[in-house]
Amino acid sequence: MSERNTEREGLPGPAPEERRRPKGRRSSQGIRIDPEAEAEHPPRRTVISALVEHEPGVLARVSGLFSRRQFNIESLTVADTQNDDWARITVVVEEPDPGIDQVEKQLEKVVPVIHVRELETDAVTRELVVVKVDADRPHEVHAITEMYNGKTLDAGPRTITVELTGDEQKINDAIDAYRQFGIREIARTGQTALARGETKTAVVPDHLK
Amino acid sequence: MTDHGAVTEPDDADDATADEPAEDGEPTESTAQTGAESVIASLETAGVETVFGVQGGAIMPVYDALYDSELDHVTMAHEQGAAHAADAYGAVTGDPGICMATSGPGATNLVTGLADADMDSEPVVALTGQVPTELVGNDAFQETDTVGVTTPITKSNYFASSPDSVGEDVSTAFALANHGRQGPTVVDLPKDVTTGETDVDPVEPSVPGTVDVQTHADDENVAAAAQTIVDADEPVILAGGGVVKGDATEELYAFATEHEIPVVTTMPGIGAFPEDHDLAMEMAGMHGTGYANMAITLTDCLLAIGTRFDDRLTGGVDSFAPDAEVVHVDIDPAEISKNIEADHPLIGDAGTVLDQLDEAMPGSPETSEWAEQCREWQQEYRLDYAAPEDEPLKPQYVVEAVDEATADDTVVTTGVGQHQMWACQFWTYTEPRTWVSSHGLGAMGYGLPSAIGARVAADDDQSVVCFDGDGSFLMTCQELVVAVREQMDITVFVLNNEAIGMVRQWQDAFFEGRRMASEYPWVPKFDTLAEAFGADGFRIEGYDDAPGVIEEALATDGPAVVDVYIDPTEDVYPMVPSGGDNGQFALSEEHL
Repeated sequence: MSERNTEREGLPGPAPEERRRPKGRRSSQGIRIDPEAEAEHPPRRTVISALVEHEPGVLARVSGLFSRRQFNIESLTVADTQNDDWARITVVVEEPDPGIDQVEKQLEKVVPVIHVRELETDAVTRELVVVKVDADRPHEVHAITEMYNGKTLDAGPRTITVELTGDEQKINDAIDAYRQFGIREIARTGQTALARGETKTAVVPDHLK
Repeated sequence: MTDHGAVTEPDDADDATADEPAEDGEPTESTAQTGAESVIASLETAGVETVFGVQGGAIMPVYDALYDSELDHVTMAHEQGAAHAADAYGAVTGDPGICMATSGPGATNLVTGLADADMDSEPVVALTGQVPTELVGNDAFQETDTVGVTTPITKSNYFASSPDSVGEDVSTAFALANHGRQGPTVVDLPKDVTTGETDVDPVEPSVPGTVDVQTHADDENVAAAAQTIVDADEPVILAGGGVVKGDATEELYAFATEHEIPVVTTMPGIGAFPEDHDLAMEMAGMHGTGYANMAITLTDCLLAIGTRFDDRLTGGVDSFAPDAEVVHVDIDPAEISKNIEADHPLIGDAGTVLDQLDEAMPGSPETSEWAEQCREWQQEYRLDYAAPEDEPLKPQYVVEAVDEATADDTVVTTGVGQHQMWACQFWTYTEPRTWVSSHGLGAMGYGLPSAIGARVAADDDQSVVCFDGDGSFLMTCQELVVAVREQMDITVFVLNNEAIGMVRQWQDAFFEGRRMASEYPWVPKFDTLAEAFGADGFRIEGYDDAPGVIEEALATDGPAVVDVYIDPTEDVYPMVPSGGDNGQFALSEEHL
């Protein structure tokens, strides 16, 4: 049986201020930094594309992951692909580099996910928006729609509804242009994207083809 | 183990019982007849021996299939107990522990245990009953969206859609729970799927084609990491739970001793390296040893293996090992640079990568001065406690005394709180898979059910001891009924300070001593409570009776509960406050 120590008063050892201290420190992202220079990664916006098995609940798994880990997402789209068994999820995220890395790795761990990657800046990205505006100045609305290569979907005595596609910048510009007429409602799909040219958006392992 | 004859008629309104049992003379080898039989056949094919569970309406067909099976079933008092028992079974054996519950409340009661297994990467497969498919979504009796509820706390989960595929669902869930970084999985079993017929045979467990686990690290990265370790002056190994789960303790021992590198562990890493070795710095972090926290703070090269850099380990990341180049070995790529940036990411299996590293080492680092410094810290900051004659029994003494009275391979399980920290600090762990606790989730109530799971998992000649607190024990003490019924040889030491001690300690330190809802002067007499269950009850009131009662309780065949009246004012130190600097650990409240 243990010896009882009736002498000691608590734990021995030098107090905190008497101890040797390390020289450096880390950033809040756990990155070792020069104590003189602050090196935080600023957030940046990028497109992550995931090819997934088309099965019930896969979208819930992915969206649940984003909310649970507090990833900052701008938009998320999902739909099927050339192969009925697969769906493609396109996510626009705004995170610092370590966060983007985490998004990719955590997505990769979701079992029905086949492949994940961040797309290059030259990727082909498109978004569709449906805008409903007041019909007081129909000719001017039509002119703006023409200017942005849009299409009129519905024109009535009180409202005009148009459709536009483009990259994020174009859509934002067009919406700004429509504001003068009085925008009643907007529906945006969020961005969807493919890698440019010969570059593959997703690499499917042979055993899944 | 259990007498199945006692299963009685259900008292709920559910009358959709299974068809007649399997045909005569064709037990487990035959082609599965019902979905439920296919479920059980899949478990048998996977090599499962024991299931922990609780009966109920929607899971009845699966229990009915168990009736004719070779599998043992341990009937638990509460589904949380079943999940914790399965978790502990996984921790001790390394193989998935299986738990089973009915739909609705049965499934939701599993949730704490599944979350615990998820946080601690324990292999667990949960099979849950579900209302018949045509009622799903109708808010039927005992319906819960189990897949929805458990998605964030499992590796993956499956809603069984057909009697033909349910066996494969179970096999896949089993394989996934065990594959790569282990963790919990769930298969939700609608009653029409388990009662429906199929002629599909069980399959060997295999993971889905989308899952790809890298076990061998990139050789170039290994070479660069090895060079960094050789060049280091003050290297430290941080051994996490991944070393134990990856069965890499021998590789770790060989590497650390060959290159004379001190070894710090995380809490789940306890048992990864023998704590009686010179190089053992033991646990770091919030209530880690002073010497571990000195070493991990001042190291210039941290070889971290199988750890996710939990905040209880790192304290504030700004002051965590701030001078260290970090070599991070992990089988889960998502853990690399999640909390602490890895200068050398080595993705792979702990044992495989340690072998790779060992081969790539161009020599050994020159560590004799550093190792000497570490040994000095071991002396300077040795764990100690004051035990004056006139004060009540110290809990640390009890942990040490039980350690001395038991064999090295004794399995220790704990609840969560002060007692858990004393069990970390004052027990000397020398073998892997002898430390079983709720690390990441910190689930009070884990102690007793995990002792039951550990008892089933451990060798017959291995002892199982549980340290619990009075608050923690009260959360799941109903599981004593299981230990008594199964005559399980476990000894529970309730370190009773009539309080949720850790909360009380924090209130004293950080809330000006305002002890809101933390003091429990109304706790029962745990020895008498144990006797009411049919277990042996003991009480320790002071130093004089402690050695004798400990001896007697340990010698008891079957379950014993020892109510240990400890000093209610005792606090856990050293302590790094939440988000604090590990190197500035407090030795007493004055340092906070």
